[in-house]
This record gives sequence, structure tokens and C-alpha cells, in this order.
Amino acid sequence: MSATTRPVSPAGRLRSALRPAEGGVNPGLVAALLILFVLLAVTSPYFLSSTNLLNIGKAVAITGIVAVGETIVIIAGGFDLSVGSTMAAAGMTAAFLLGFGVPLPVAFAASILLGILIGLVNGAIISYARINPLITTLATLAIVRGLAYVVSGGREIVISDPAWLSLGTGAILGIPVMIVIVAVTFLVFGWAMPRTIFGRYAYAIGSSARAARLSGVAVDRWRLAFYVTCGGLASLAGLVLVARTGNAQPSAALGVELDVITAVILGGTSLTGGRGRLAGTLIALLVIGIVNNGLTLLGVPSYWQQVVKGGILLAAVLYDELHRGRRDER
Amino acid sequence: MAPLLELRGVTKTFGSVTALRDVDLEIGAAEAVGLIGDNGAGKSTLVKILSGVYAPTAGALHLDGSPASFGSPADARRAGVEMIYQDLALCDDLDVAANIFLGRELRRRLGPIRILDRERMAAEAARMISELGLSLVPGRLVGTMSGGERQMVAVARALQFQPRLLLMDEPTAALSAEKIRVLLGLVEELKRRGVSILLISHRFTDILHVCDRIVVVRQGTVVGSLQPHAQPAEQTMARMTELMTGDRVSAA
Repeated sequence: MSATTRPVSPAGRLRSALRPAEGGVNPGLVAALLILFVLLAVTSPYFLSSTNLLNIGKAVAITGIVAVGETIVIIAGGFDLSVGSTMAAAGMTAAFLLGFGVPLPVAFAASILLGILIGLVNGAIISYARINPLITTLATLAIVRGLAYVVSGGREIVISDPAWLSLGTGAILGIPVMIVIVAVTFLVFGWAMPRTIFGRYAYAIGSSARAARLSGVAVDRWRLAFYVTCGGLASLAGLVLVARTGNAQPSAALGVELDVITAVILGGTSLTGGRGRLAGTLIALLVIGIVNNGLTLLGVPSYWQQVVKGGILLAAVLYDELHRGRRDER
Repeated sequence: MAPLLELRGVTKTFGSVTALRDVDLEIGAAEAVGLIGDNGAGKSTLVKILSGVYAPTAGALHLDGSPASFGSPADARRAGVEMIYQDLALCDDLDVAANIFLGRELRRRLGPIRILDRERMAAEAARMISELGLSLVPGRLVGTMSGGERQMVAVARALQFQPRLLLMDEPTAALSAEKIRVLLGLVEELKRRGVSILLISHRFTDILHVCDRIVVVRQGTVVGSLQPHAQPAEQTMARMTELMTGDRVSAA
């Protein structure tokens, strides 16, 4: 039976992966990545050094772990602004517990559990109280960050546990552990999104929550699952961030939402849900990482990075809007 | 033999407004019934009672001759009543097969987990589409399809539930003349398979030929029931217009 329409040839596979109309990766983004890469390789002799390339990877690794969760939430028609606060709170929680003599794995588990709990609260308010996700997670952003300050009294905790620190400084076969973590996160969810009920319902609910509900999909419970995933991944990112900086602080990951959401939207995930790919988010992360790296290598003052980041987000949103406009005119 | 579904003396009020008053309606097995009436005549309230969205204020619903009550659309679905909404309620970002199987995805084991069986769903969808004589590509995104094709996807999805009664709300409203013909052909095919159909429309020319019986509602009551095949089409049309508007018009 020749029912499947998926192309089988490698070229066909590539074409279908790159076709934006089917939720593929925007070819313009891939081109941008290649052009930036070549441009910097030519203009800066240092760019192609393995140290610099690994630095780019490390610079986007933590944002990347969170961006996986955020991509899933936005595909499902949601939004999560509270990821940065969750990262800080998760780092503080594990640091505190470690200080009380709790074993590291238990402290990590508790901190992941905290992220899951924050995701549950976000998801429950959005699903059952029907509050807009932007407002809900803006509120939890403030509450969770505030609590991190209250509990810590604003003080940071220096971490000396070598196992924890190795997440930020260690390497496996020459590859930094944090790059391994982000790669595994992308691989696991990148595999699962098109192949599991979890992924299928994220797309369905983001596309039309009403249609999904009428078809018998437990929309509210699935929404909880997406926010829980995002919260858990934010916690994981928070733990890696502590390992990288060597201390847990309540002000950690301040404003990381901007970076995360820029990567997700630039990667082609639709702001209104239903469409998006983790591969797009990954490429967008690399573009952002290379732009920042390039600005640094070219000696541009770091304040400009903020301006460029905002510009990229705006361009990505404009693209999404134009793209959607075309689709609606059928 | 008792009709498949029967409404007896159904009344529905919303506060002080009476949307339906003492309505009797029967739908037999493999029968296509047209439900016509002006906007606000009570068509959609009637359909919502049949599909379990509303509970009647008074009156009874019988299924195969025994009393039944639908507390929710899920209840109605379990009893074999499936509804196709006017807006179709499809996921534009999913493909045809994914829409048809939405909520009832086929899965297969992969080690400790169960993953989507996309190949089998695409194959099943293709088989079903060709059995119905439709031309739809299972891998096509629904959002890129025309109104007629989307209607077909909605019908195919409804049939996945193996309904005994299919309620179709204004299925022809957004279709071109040619697509209407395809859709009505599909209704004939469903009848042959033993599925009962309730076609809601305010354009009675569309339903004249496929329906075995046409029920006219006006101001919340059933004002008449016609057998379109018992008389020439012009007579039926004239009679329907009379019943719908409440005026006697001279048949040409």
C-alpha cells in the first residue's frame, strides 16, 4: 500500500524538512547561519578555532535547554515567561539543600520537582482558571523570583561540590558536559515531538484547542503536561547555570526569557501555536550565538548585543506575521 | 420497528425565551432527514439537544425505542450520534490522517513506550478515503485545503467513530455548486452504509434530492414534514417555502 506520502529519498527528506509550510525549518534561517559562519570565518582568524566554537556552544547551551521546553509550550498555543525565575529558584533550592547536608542527587531531584511544581501552577491557572498565559506567567515570574530573594535574603551561595561544578566545567571526550546535556535534550524531544501522543497533542491543541477537545483530547491535562515539561527543563538549566558560574544567586538568569523566546520565534515556531520545530529553535540558537560571538570578536561593545537581540526578535515576529498572513489568504 | 432516534414533546427554554416548543421528531435507520427553517427558527437548539450539548427542559429522547439522555457530547458519541459542526472543528496545522485519527491515534510499541503508528494511520486514512470515493491526500495539511476538501476531512473523521446518526450543520454553506454535488453524493453513500443523517440547512434546494423526509421548523415548533419523493420538486419547494415563512405563496 502506497499510502504514506512522505518522501523517501534523502533529497526529498531534506526538501520536506526545509519546507516552512509544513512546519519545517525556514530555509532563510539556514542560509543566515551559513552566511554568518562563512563571514566570520573569513573576517576573524580566531572564529574557527575549536575553543571559540565550543565557547559558542557553551554560550547557548543553557538558553537551549530552556528553549526546548518553551518551544513545546508555544507550539501548544501557550507561553511561559517564568522560566528565568524558575532557573534561579531551582539553583537556590539545590544549593540550600546541599548546604544542609542533603546528598546532591536528592537536592537535584528536589530542584527539578520545584520546576515541575511551578509548571503545574502555571498550567493549572491557564487551563482551569482560563487566565491568559502571558499574564499568568508574568505573575509567576515575579512571585518565584521574589520568593528566591526572600528565602535567600538576597545572598548568593558559593558552590564547591565538584560533581555539581563538573556540569559546567567538565567534558566528555573533549565535549563540554553542558553541550552534551543540551544536545541530549534536543535529541530526546526532537525525536518525541513528531512520534508521540505528547507531541501530536501539542500541535493539535496549539492549532485548535476546540477541535482537539471535541475529538475527545483531554486538553487541560495535556496543557499541564507541557508547562510541567517546560518548568522541569528550566530547573535543569538552572542547575547547569549554577555549575557554570560557581554560585547560586537569586538574580540568576534575569531576563533570559528574551533570549529563549527570541530563539523559539526566530526558529519558526508560530506565536499563535500549532506550528514549529525544535530543529528550527536549535538553528536559531546557533545564529544568535554566532551573532553575539561575532560582535565580540569584532570588538563591538557588549551593550550592542542587547540591541541586536531585540532587533532579531522583532524581525522574527514580523516574519511570522507575514507568513501567517499569506496562509490565511487561501 | 422503533425509529433509531425519537424526540417526544421536547421543549427548551432559556430563561423566559422558549427556543423549542413541544417538538416531535423521528429519524429512522439509514434515513436522511433534512431539517430546514429560517435563522432563529430553532434548528441549532434542536441539533444541540441531539448532540448532547443541551439537555431538554421538558420532553423525552428515545434511542432504539428506549428512553435515553445525553449529558454531554461524549454521551451522544457513545450512543452513536456524531456531529459535524459548521466550522468543521479541524486542526489546520495537522495533516488529513492526523485530523481523522485525532483523539484515537493508533500506536505501536517501541521498547517500553508506545509511539504513534503514523504509517498505519496514513494507510487506514487512505483506505477509508478511497472507500468513500474521495480524493484526499492523507499527508496534506488541512490548513492548505479548500472548503470542500475540508468538509470531506470532517466527514471522514466523523465516520471514524462509526456513528449510527450523523448530524451535519449547514454543510453546504461554504461550498461551490460542484462541491455540494460531491457532498450530497457522499450523503447517499452513507445512507447505503446504513448511517442515518440529519442535514441542517436553510437552503432547501441543496437537500431536496438526498433527503427522504424534510422537516420544517418555524418559531420553535415543527410546522410540517414533507416527503420530497412523493411529489414533483416544484410542489415540495413551494410547500417548504409556505411552511418556513408561514405565508401562502402561489406555486408557479
